[in-house]
Amino acid sequence: MSGNPSPSPPASPEIDDDTKTVIGIAFGNTTSSIAYTTPDGKAEVIANEEGDRQIPSVLSWVGSEEYHGTQAKSHLVRNAKNTVAYFRDFLGKKYSEIDPTNSHNSAHPVDIDGVPSFNLQQADDETVSTASINEIATRHLIRLRDSASDFLGRKVTGAVITVPTDFSDSQREALVAAAKAGELEVLQIIHEPVAAVLAYAARQTPEEQSVDKNILVADLGGTRCDAAVVASRGGMYTILATAHDYGLGGLKLDEVLVDHFSKEFIKKHKVDPRSERSLAKLRLEAEGTKRTLSLGTSGTISIESLADGYDFHSTVNRLRYELSAKKVFDQIVSLVENVVKKAELDLLDIGEVILSGGTSHTPKIASRIAALFPASVPVNAPATLTTSLNPSELSARGAAIQASLIAEFDKEDIEQSTHPAVTVTPHLSHPIGVVIGEDDSFQTMLEAQTAVPARRIAQFDVRATGDVIVRICEGIREIVIEKVERQVNGEKDEDDSEDEEDEAGGEEEERNRVLKVHKVIAEAAVKGVKKGGKVEVTINVGSDLGLNVAARVIGTQIGVRGEVRPEAGSA
Amino acid sequence: MASVKISKPLPALPGDWNSKSNFIVHSPLSAAVHRNLSPAGPHFLAHARRKRHSRTFSEDDRIQAQQNVMSVEDEDTGEISEAESPLLLSRDPKDWKNQDHYAVLGLSKYRYKATDEQIKKAHRKKVLKHHPDKKAALGAVDDDSFFKCIQKAMEVLSDPVKRRQFDSVDEGANRDPPSKKSKGNFYKGWGPVFESESRFSRKQPVPRLGDDKSTKAEVEEFYNFWYNFDSWRTFEYLDEEVPDDNENRDQKRYIQRKNNASRAKRKTEDTARLRKLVDDALSLDTRIKKFREEEKKLRNAKKDAREAEEKRLAEEARIKAQEDQKRKEEEEARQKAQKADSKKAKEAAKNAVKKNRRVLKSSVKDVNYFVSGDVTPAVIDSVLGEVDLVISKIDNEDLQTLAKNLSGVKGTDAVKSTWAEAVGELVKKGSAKAEDFKVFVA
Repeated sequence: MSGNPSPSPPASPEIDDDTKTVIGIAFGNTTSSIAYTTPDGKAEVIANEEGDRQIPSVLSWVGSEEYHGTQAKSHLVRNAKNTVAYFRDFLGKKYSEIDPTNSHNSAHPVDIDGVPSFNLQQADDETVSTASINEIATRHLIRLRDSASDFLGRKVTGAVITVPTDFSDSQREALVAAAKAGELEVLQIIHEPVAAVLAYAARQTPEEQSVDKNILVADLGGTRCDAAVVASRGGMYTILATAHDYGLGGLKLDEVLVDHFSKEFIKKHKVDPRSERSLAKLRLEAEGTKRTLSLGTSGTISIESLADGYDFHSTVNRLRYELSAKKVFDQIVSLVENVVKKAELDLLDIGEVILSGGTSHTPKIASRIAALFPASVPVNAPATLTTSLNPSELSARGAAIQASLIAEFDKEDIEQSTHPAVTVTPHLSHPIGVVIGEDDSFQTMLEAQTAVPARRIAQFDVRATGDVIVRICEGIREIVIEKVERQVNGEKDEDDSEDEEDEAGGEEEERNRVLKVHKVIAEAAVKGVKKGGKVEVTINVGSDLGLNVAARVIGTQIGVRGEVRPEAGSA
Repeated sequence: MASVKISKPLPALPGDWNSKSNFIVHSPLSAAVHRNLSPAGPHFLAHARRKRHSRTFSEDDRIQAQQNVMSVEDEDTGEISEAESPLLLSRDPKDWKNQDHYAVLGLSKYRYKATDEQIKKAHRKKVLKHHPDKKAALGAVDDDSFFKCIQKAMEVLSDPVKRRQFDSVDEGANRDPPSKKSKGNFYKGWGPVFESESRFSRKQPVPRLGDDKSTKAEVEEFYNFWYNFDSWRTFEYLDEEVPDDNENRDQKRYIQRKNNASRAKRKTEDTARLRKLVDDALSLDTRIKKFREEEKKLRNAKKDAREAEEKRLAEEARIKAQEDQKRKEEEEARQKAQKADSKKAKEAAKNAVKKNRRVLKSSVKDVNYFVSGDVTPAVIDSVLGEVDLVISKIDNEDLQTLAKNLSGVKGTDAVKSTWAEAVGELVKKGSAKAEDFKVFVA
């Protein structure tokens, strides 16, 4: 083989440096996550150097040493003044607009020319320097990017970042600028509820993805809770309504446990452990206990030298905890009910519930929300569905999936695709369907809130040989309340004394969602169909609300085509 | 888009359907609501694509389908399509140690640079082509020897450890250095040599040979790297087969020892070979000479500059000394002249004073001591005494004017009044007293 040099130098088959490595980042107030997509298209959340998949959004400085994540979080006890936490929501806001409530236990923001900033000791000598919120966010994003780069072994170039639905334009700009300062290109910013929906959609087949339904996404975080109703129509997502509660979240549940344990400590030792430092310790440990309680029926806490040198060991059972936290649960449930109301929908219109965010691990919250909906509606939370994904990872996974979808796009492509000219589209105000069956019931083909242009195909059976009619209608959704005689046996009646009061008279209200014909749009006659044949109906709604209908008998040439012109100026 | 199957049947056409057309329009759709789609998910991207290129659903379906077909075709062709020589095809699979695994898989132009992905693809392609079942189906003789070669190649190349061992002794990837006498371009000749050697480096990336424009630091880094080369090259691949029977343990150990020794020997030889290679390159590298000359020039330039500076300084000092000397001499001459002048002036002044005094004395003598007729010595004495007094009191300038005035006037009265005037002046100045004068009184 030697002495046989090939005439041309070998082409370089090495991976060229231009290949894009993109990740998804869920940048939260309390924790952040990073995710990537494997070559077979699955999203995986990356653990950082410390092995955390939920990386606390906390940065801390001791001298010139910078700590991040869990390490930084533990500094909230010893080094609170040099530790920045819960800062995401400050980004892109003026000092006058921020709510620094959650920062009372860490470095407090100060007003520097209207920009929220922090006075921190970031050098080995004791000088205090000022870091603006943008610099803090940049540091945080750099640490996340580096963790991902270390894990993947390639330099991460771009990312899709998730934000809450109420993130303003200036906040988005600030986020993009902060990422750019850290040499991270933001490919796209997507909303957290949509990312959660995407995370679940990614494990479905394209057919399953295209099923039309209204999805309720409750994002229960550490410092705030957000809820959104997302209409999924043919795999496209439209946010119908959002609701936010900035005081509600996992921290409130921690508070409940902190209160509980404080009282117990006072009872035991006659010392109030609610001094600043003891509280910080309690908070840190109570969070761990809360996590244990999400998995088991009892949780322990043990803190050395909590106050006055007394060690503290205690146990709390789940029932006790759930009773104490009932108020918080009630608020979360009402937030969920509220958002459905805001979307001008009924609870029965919701086809799927996704619980996202760390607080969703709490079993009681999942079961309380599941109780709002019929049993047929899947509630994706660890406590209610064993097939559910880890709710803490949903945003990051969704972002990673979106990142992999647009990784090959040019910047211009992304900009054009996300331009309002593309995203703002007419949505059907009423469902469109076909009248079927002996009882002339309404079969929906296009749900209300479907973005047009849209196309749906359905196959209908034909029972008897002869001619059939395809009646295209607009429908209307009604909630029918029926009084149903309660059928209970005597034994159960005694147990459920609580329920009895609600349903005086022994009658139960049963609410049902019924679709009725609102307006007939068009009729098509398909003649000469054999028994057992199938008729395929294609409805194509144009962006001008023009309707194209084609009905065709499968396997034959028989078919009808028709067009309904739009009303002038309706679209 | 998949169609939804609905089990309930369509209603029968009512009897009163009397329209000629099979399609009746009743009313248009209700007005739509404008909402914002969330720009995420594969279906949205499809929507955006349709909207941006204003395609309909069916158009977009068709274009996407075409693109899919094209990308599949793209993947199929290209890269791995090397001609298979009859010599290669007729290889004996038992002789796998001497087989060029890359050539068997059709990757001989990539060799150690081939990625795992490429190897996998190449293997799949070769298997599809040479599978014995396929050959049997085509009615060929039952010959799977090349297929075995392919499997062996894959076995070696898919295992990172075995692949390294093979890469270590892969002659096909070696580049022979140009002969010393060859006149070709140094960089073109040696560049590929070092590039092929660099595959054995544990440290990556490896510094490049560079070209004429490389800086001294770059060149030094290059040679330092190659003199401290850290190679992962091993020679296990050339080991003699160790017999795998338990009976002859001694024989086994003997062969193992022999293998170890030969590995070590080869490794030493390889290190020496590389060393010599780098030595040769260094000796031929014109840049080294160039840098040395430049350095020399630089050093010389420094020295020259220093000498010139010294010379200049010496010259300056010399000129300065000369000037100083000259100035000094001039100064002395001037002072001498001045001294002579002042002496002359003094003498002149003295002479003038003497002359003036003489004038003064003669003036009174000329006018016969202000008496008519004979002069008594007493008169002469008193007049001359006053004249002497005036002379002793008067300063040189006044003396001169007085002498001038006296020599200008004739006659006793005029002389006397001139004297009286002078005495008056002196009295006024306070250098003489009026009562001392008896003759020169106005």
